[in-house]
Amino acid sequence: MSAATIAPFRAGEFHLFTARGRDFVYLVPSGGIFELTPAARQILDFAQRTDADSEDLIAHLANVGFAELEIEETVTDLIDAGALLAPGTAPEPRIDPPKNFPLQTLVLNLTNQCNLSCKYCYEYGDDKVATPEGKPKFMDTETSRAAIDFYFAESQGTKALHVTFFGGETLMNFPLLKEVVDYATNKAKSEGRFIDFSLTTNATLLTPAIIDFLAANRIGVTVSIDGPPEMNALRVYQNGRGSYDIIAPKIKLLLEKHKTRPIAARVTLTADVTDVLKIFRHLTQDMGFQEVGFAPVTTSENRLYAIGGSKMDSVLEQFKLLAQEYLDAAVEGRHHAFSNVTDTLSELYNGVNKSHPCGAGLGLAAVGPSGDISPCHRFVDSDTHSLGHISTGIDRAKQDDFLHRGHINQKYDCHTCWARPLCAGGCHHEAYVRYGDTGHPNLHYCDWIRDWTDTCLSVFGAISTHNPVFLEKFEKR
Amino acid sequence: MKHLRPLNRKAHRIDQFAAAKQADVVGLQEKRVNPAKLPHIPAGCSIAFFPGWEVDSSGGVAGLCQPMERDLYDCFADCFWPAQVPDHMNNYSDWAKKCAAATQDWRNLDVVFP
Repeated sequence: MSAATIAPFRAGEFHLFTARGRDFVYLVPSGGIFELTPAARQILDFAQRTDADSEDLIAHLANVGFAELEIEETVTDLIDAGALLAPGTAPEPRIDPPKNFPLQTLVLNLTNQCNLSCKYCYEYGDDKVATPEGKPKFMDTETSRAAIDFYFAESQGTKALHVTFFGGETLMNFPLLKEVVDYATNKAKSEGRFIDFSLTTNATLLTPAIIDFLAANRIGVTVSIDGPPEMNALRVYQNGRGSYDIIAPKIKLLLEKHKTRPIAARVTLTADVTDVLKIFRHLTQDMGFQEVGFAPVTTSENRLYAIGGSKMDSVLEQFKLLAQEYLDAAVEGRHHAFSNVTDTLSELYNGVNKSHPCGAGLGLAAVGPSGDISPCHRFVDSDTHSLGHISTGIDRAKQDDFLHRGHINQKYDCHTCWARPLCAGGCHHEAYVRYGDTGHPNLHYCDWIRDWTDTCLSVFGAISTHNPVFLEKFEKR
Repeated sequence: MKHLRPLNRKAHRIDQFAAAKQADVVGLQEKRVNPAKLPHIPAGCSIAFFPGWEVDSSGGVAGLCQPMERDLYDCFADCFWPAQVPDHMNNYSDWAKKCAAATQDWRNLDVVFP
């Protein structure tokens, strides 16, 4: 056999990674993940570092003991998978989401008022984008029903509906929450559709009666809390009093009584709150949360509570330790509460290849107390980012503009990044706060995201080798 | 693929796509099976031996081993193929009543005038 039988090729876009001594490849932009034979790994290594031709490849691999037939077959497989490209392979065309994409999730901001004054709040803090002046502070019944009607009409063709209640502090308008659950549940029933609800709360206003209602209606609860008492210094009342001592017993009661859905904690990391391991242990072992997710605060660079680069490095190292723990648990088929890994594994399992970083303005919309529609809860009450009003529907021109700027193909910095199928440039809100443009890539997190994605890929590779059944649960997500 | 093992849903789709490029076109091919191990069974009326829509060596139909009306009858009786035969479901259920054995009675199959 001569080198001529090997199809000519050049390297496509991919990311090589290893897990527990095995080799894998993550394909870009498809999002496919394959385990590699030693020959396949060597060929991709070779293709990545040189533009030498197939004869050189055969000579190189024959030297290390591979048979020509094996090399030839492997090259064909790699071309079929898109890891290697045959000459003349055209670049992927830009794919826009279909027009009038149906809504999958509605965020209902029941109020923009809050009983806490967290220093880093995106809604009221130094970097706020909301312009609530002159708008209602609490949503009324009429607006909430119109919002639900709008959502049902805009989600035609989808069987499963999701409504998330948000604030301000969501529970400051609990009477309306109850009404909406009742109204939307009946409406879904009459149309033969399924609906579920969730909410985010600071937990200060939880009562036994509210908890009973949440449990009875299977309403998912996410509690904003930043860890043990000393880590909650920024989560304070207006008079500066801390919130931890108020919420701790209420969370205890919530976790005791609400068993119909997993209860999650959502941690905001700031300059002095980066002890991820300590926070995680406190929230899971001491308090009993079933899910804990972390995200760095969204802020402009110069704020005192902004996290600097070296602290993000420390966060990453601690994330990696927890990811290792997660892997050990997954191999034994046990649940692990670190939801940053769970969420990424779900996306890796399904092989997502995103045109946009998230569903904001696409499958997800938020409605504020005034009835204004915004891309997500973070833009609620912002005149600049409004996408219309529930009385007149989505302003398609504004939506097109938002989605056009947020499209991965508009983000030139992302074009050579292997992590773009998952990241797609990062949060629109983060981009606006940092760069003044929702379509700007979150360049300050690139290295961090790539390192973290590589970690999650290794976890995925190891689980798929040692306990693939664990991944099947992501089929339904 | 022999040298790559698909691990996620997207990879499985890529793998199926690649396999389909290699495989022969096989009727009723739904699940991925090794085509080399499958008998080649196309679907439809040609599963049995009928002369089909053919012409004889002279370009006509007189020399076929079965009369061409045999095909017409077959389409009428038990085949989904929309051949130009009377519709036996609704309008001409008796069309083949006088044709008990096609090889002998085929002359009784007549044209209809809707």
